[in-house]
Amino acid sequence: MNTRRLGGLILKESMQILRDPSALGIAFVLPLFLLLLFGYGVSLNAEHVPVGVVVEHPNPQTEPFVATLRRSRYFDVRPLRSLGEARTAMARREIGSFVWLRGDFARQTLGDGPASIGVVVNGVDANTARLVQGYLTQSWQIWLAQLQQQQQAGTAAFPVAMQPRIWFNPALRSRDYLVPGLIAVIMTLIGALLTALVVAREWERGTMEALMASPVTMAEILVGKLLPYFVLGMGGMALSVVLAQTVFAVPLRGSLLVLIGVSALYLLVALGMGLLISSVARNQFVAGQIAVVVTFLPAFILSGFIFDLRSMPLVIQIITHILPARYFVSSLQTVFLAGNVWPVILPDAAVLAAMAAFFFGVTLWRSHKRLD
Amino acid sequence: MARLLALIRKEFLALLRDKASRMVLVGPPLIQLLVFSYAATFDLNNIPFVVINEDPGAAGREMVARFAGSPSFRQVATLPSTEGVAALIDRRAALLAVHVDRDFSRNLARGRPASLQIVIDGRNSNTAAIALSYVSDIVLRFNAEWAAGHGGASAPAVLDVRAWYNPNLLSRWFVVPGIVGLLTFVVTILVSGLSVVRERESGTFDQLLVTPYRPWEILLGKAAPGFLIGAVEAAVIAAVAVFWFGVPMVGSLVALAIGLALFLVSAIGIGLMISAIAATQQQGLLGAFLFLVPAIILSGFATPIANMPRAVQYVTYANPMRYFMVILRGTFLEGDGVGDLLGQYWPLALLGVASMTAATLLVRRRMV
Amino acid sequence: MAEPGLAPALRFEAVSKSFGAFRRRVAALRDLTLTVPAARITGLLGPDAAGKTTLLRLAAGLLRPDAGRVEVLGLDSAREAARIQRRIGYMPQRFGLYEDLTVQQNLDLYARLQGLPPAQRLARYAELLRLTALGPFGDRRAGKLSGGMKQKLGLACALLRIPDLLLLDEPTVGVDPISRRELWAIIAGLRDRGVTVLVSTAYLDETEHCDAVVLLDAGGLLAHGAPAAMAAELGGRCFAVRHPSLDRRALQQRLLMLPGVVDARLEGTGVRALLAAGAAPPTAEGMDWRPAAPKFADVFVDRLHARRPRRAPQAIGPAAAGDDGPVLHVAGLNRFFGAFQAVRDVSFDVLRGEVFGLLGANGAGKTTTFRMLCGLLPASSGELRVAGQDLRTAPAEARARIGYVAQRFALYGNLSVAQNLAFFAAAYGLRGARLRARLDWAEAEFELGPFLAMNAADIPLGFKQRLALACALLHAPPILFLDEPTSGVDPLARSEFWQRINQYAAAGTTVLVTTHFMDEAEYCDRLVLMSQGSVLAAGTPAAVRARAARPELPDPTMEEAFIGLIGAHEASLRRAA
Repeated sequence: MNTRRLGGLILKESMQILRDPSALGIAFVLPLFLLLLFGYGVSLNAEHVPVGVVVEHPNPQTEPFVATLRRSRYFDVRPLRSLGEARTAMARREIGSFVWLRGDFARQTLGDGPASIGVVVNGVDANTARLVQGYLTQSWQIWLAQLQQQQQAGTAAFPVAMQPRIWFNPALRSRDYLVPGLIAVIMTLIGALLTALVVAREWERGTMEALMASPVTMAEILVGKLLPYFVLGMGGMALSVVLAQTVFAVPLRGSLLVLIGVSALYLLVALGMGLLISSVARNQFVAGQIAVVVTFLPAFILSGFIFDLRSMPLVIQIITHILPARYFVSSLQTVFLAGNVWPVILPDAAVLAAMAAFFFGVTLWRSHKRLD
Repeated sequence: MARLLALIRKEFLALLRDKASRMVLVGPPLIQLLVFSYAATFDLNNIPFVVINEDPGAAGREMVARFAGSPSFRQVATLPSTEGVAALIDRRAALLAVHVDRDFSRNLARGRPASLQIVIDGRNSNTAAIALSYVSDIVLRFNAEWAAGHGGASAPAVLDVRAWYNPNLLSRWFVVPGIVGLLTFVVTILVSGLSVVRERESGTFDQLLVTPYRPWEILLGKAAPGFLIGAVEAAVIAAVAVFWFGVPMVGSLVALAIGLALFLVSAIGIGLMISAIAATQQQGLLGAFLFLVPAIILSGFATPIANMPRAVQYVTYANPMRYFMVILRGTFLEGDGVGDLLGQYWPLALLGVASMTAATLLVRRRMV
Repeated sequence: MAEPGLAPALRFEAVSKSFGAFRRRVAALRDLTLTVPAARITGLLGPDAAGKTTLLRLAAGLLRPDAGRVEVLGLDSAREAARIQRRIGYMPQRFGLYEDLTVQQNLDLYARLQGLPPAQRLARYAELLRLTALGPFGDRRAGKLSGGMKQKLGLACALLRIPDLLLLDEPTVGVDPISRRELWAIIAGLRDRGVTVLVSTAYLDETEHCDAVVLLDAGGLLAHGAPAAMAAELGGRCFAVRHPSLDRRALQQRLLMLPGVVDARLEGTGVRALLAAGAAPPTAEGMDWRPAAPKFADVFVDRLHARRPRRAPQAIGPAAAGDDGPVLHVAGLNRFFGAFQAVRDVSFDVLRGEVFGLLGANGAGKTTTFRMLCGLLPASSGELRVAGQDLRTAPAEARARIGYVAQRFALYGNLSVAQNLAFFAAAYGLRGARLRARLDWAEAEFELGPFLAMNAADIPLGFKQRLALACALLHAPPILFLDEPTSGVDPLARSEFWQRINQYAAAGTTVLVTTHFMDEAEYCDRLVLMSQGSVLAAGTPAAVRARAARPELPDPTMEEAFIGLIGAHEASLRRAA
């Protein structure tokens, strides 16, 4: 490998990145946008959920229950006069759920036992509905506990009390797992999509032919492509880590070195895929399509970044095993939130290393300095 | 009229005879439909858990049996003590640990609160929250039955929860109608986003401009494939949603069709704007991509708009997909008719007019 | 460095090369044996798809022959491509310039890639920038250069380290005569330093710069030798023909119908005729036959004629009278792009049935003028009338009166030939019996029958040109706009194309055409020569040539006239500045 030739290629590539608006868009604008969106915008934590409360006969027995709901940070209580009003509000999507205390609530709670608290949630968004239902149950339990204290009743209303201990993310902030996972998406964008596009562009514009007729070796051409995008990809990761730590207050419990190591491995896989895609499709349009479908979408959907892999159908789970993103996301979430858990990181890293070797092997085998 | 039809026919041929465009229209939507529909779910059905039962009594066994018997849980190990739990959870062999302590049965029998310790992996906080809600369901049921069976004081009031529109809270019912909108959006933006720029790149746009076609005819010709293909694709995916994935369709089809038409117009307007700005097809493709990714994230497709910060919520008002998501879920699940969706129609119509006007101006500017 | 007269620089031994798979496999070269001498300029000529690019790529070690052996500078190209590539310079048809990078950055990149030692770089840059006259543009991005400048920069990049063998693939396509002349001067300079040059070209007149010419057709060798010697073989068969009453176009058609006439082309004030071997000049019809010196263009036609059926000539009546006022009227036309004035104060009129040419160097403003005439671009100021209307503001129906052939034959590549025709017919509102009749006409007139079901992108270039012309003529427009309609098309197809245009003009169609080929200017009745946005000369080709006549050059060719006039104009601008 001739360093002067290689240096020329790397210099050229770097200048092109800075001058090409589409490269800038993929390498800088979109990652920043995604980080801000996932850091600030998107959240799976529902707070201040508007919940309607219909109390048919307000009285001293109903008041503590409603007060419990009011105190909860999860709810934004909207008093409603009747069931009909509640239905209308639901239909208009002003509230996603309502609680209905019937007229006999006081009498039932005071003796005739158990009063039924009607809870209706809009089930369309099943995930949010389930969360809201959980929050309501919590409030209900708090109310019961208070009631018990006041009455100093001997027997517990809850024979079994659940004592959950949530490791790694006690407040269950969705940002804490979305932001680390995003690193995988950003590296995929830069490593696979952008690389596939720029190599395809060389073919499309005829610059590849001129390069090949020069004394440059194929290895130099490949490394000349890889190095700049490797640096760019690691830069994307650095940006994500800095933002995660400073702005979004996501903890980093494992070591930075491990994070960098695993990221570098994944980036190599992504670059390898990008190179392979562009050597199959020597056309930016097709290369872009393939890269989005086989790298970007899987990094989003099939990596465990948002959706839990364990609940997917078996066939899809099998597919996720041949996609590199799942190994990276698993390590990312572990390194950020759990620490250096070697039984997770080592196998992931091993698979990523094998995949990187595979993609580079195939790319090298396919690339020769010929047009036919 | 015959001239206009010939123009529209030409636009379709140019689109459908091109291998790359055909690939955009058929391959990715199909893959996405299957992958999203099956993979994009928040429901858990296979939660791996470990049991540490130190309780010699029957109540502990009964509690553990309820977990093991639940279809959502899968027991992966039984440990004699809490030692070793950390290792299993750390390496993700188990999502949660159920710990029944030594005094569980005894406390229960004496009417003292018995505690059930749950240790859960919070790395994916959403999964953890959902799993905890499943655990809570099991414990509540256990409590109610224990109280009933052992003459304990029952709670003075119990929750009677009903979920409207989606009684079993199936994620898929939420996701699949959203996919109808998502894929229609992607295909329409791509088809119209590449329409003008493809011709300009191949030089045929000038050729078209010197024919007797008027500018509005040319624009109509460019909009037609996006509209028809978007509509057909939406109809096909909606049919797959109902007949393959079993999502109910309880609302008015007319209301859905009106919403689809309005949505397509605004999406085509945006696509044509991208196409007018881009200089090459590659720029058009990237422009569409750079627009689509945030637009989809900010549409309420996967994460509720209500959870977003106020400022971001305001941004979503400019996103046609936001309104169409409501229309889709309203007509599929909530039984909405035309009257219920007026509040979604008018912003869509407004966006459609605005984007088509902007597109016309931009394309006209490109014509000079 | 190879020494002249010694071992050949390039040797092809029974080389075959095909592309595609299975049934769609197409042979690009068939059993080609060829030797290219060292330290000479060898021109590579042939019609479309003759195999020129394949031959050059094989020589560059970018392709591997299917059969046979390619030896470059004594090295086997299949096994020693890397060593070959260290010693050659190669400029592909679309040279691999990085358009986002500046001129200087492109040079830097290729200097490093070719391993030019840093110590030698500055001197080499200075020499190349001087040779190519690109010095003032060092900081300009390659994408913003004109076509001719891009080609020169491409050549400079291939020449950073002076190669032993230089391979150039159509370096002068789309380049104006002045830039072409500069490119050839650079190439000639290289030969004097002992470099072997193999260059393919579509310009037959460029063979005058070559020591030897290789003529390919359909992947095989048709002829190989010194161009002058090949031309000399045609001694006694070339004539300049004049006629007292017939106009040139009618005379040309008349000649083509005579037995024994192989080719007839407009040249100067008369027609140049090539006779078949052994044929005597026909004496009939009052024609005045004078022997002319044979040129390589005659060789090309003569060699290929035997292998191609020629289009049947059409009788042309007397020229339609152009007395009903100008069809195109341009007065005081200006166009600004920001502060830059692309067109300044251009005025001319075109009469009915005239073939009117817009000529000029790259960036002279001819395409801008052309686009304003078609209504594709608004004029900043000035008067513009096409058939009495400004197409930009005229109702759509007015556009039905023009036909338009865009640069690079803008066709719908993934629509079939038949679908392209059907679309344009419908776009112009043809229907019923007339539609059928015009489609049949186009199919027969342009011999498109065998291609109807094929995608327009997949047919040979010459037929693309025919299809573009057919689409523009379906509605029988009285005015035809042609923007560089012959660019990249081989000489035979060009000459046939002009025959058709002549025929339509004779029938009363007004034709406005832009071109880079100066020999094509001869086909125009009148022309304007543009430079830096202004009209430099206007009138008949003879009048324009006469304007450039000087004592040392009494009878300049159109190309010499062009170069002389533009050179004088630019010099006067420089003096004024």
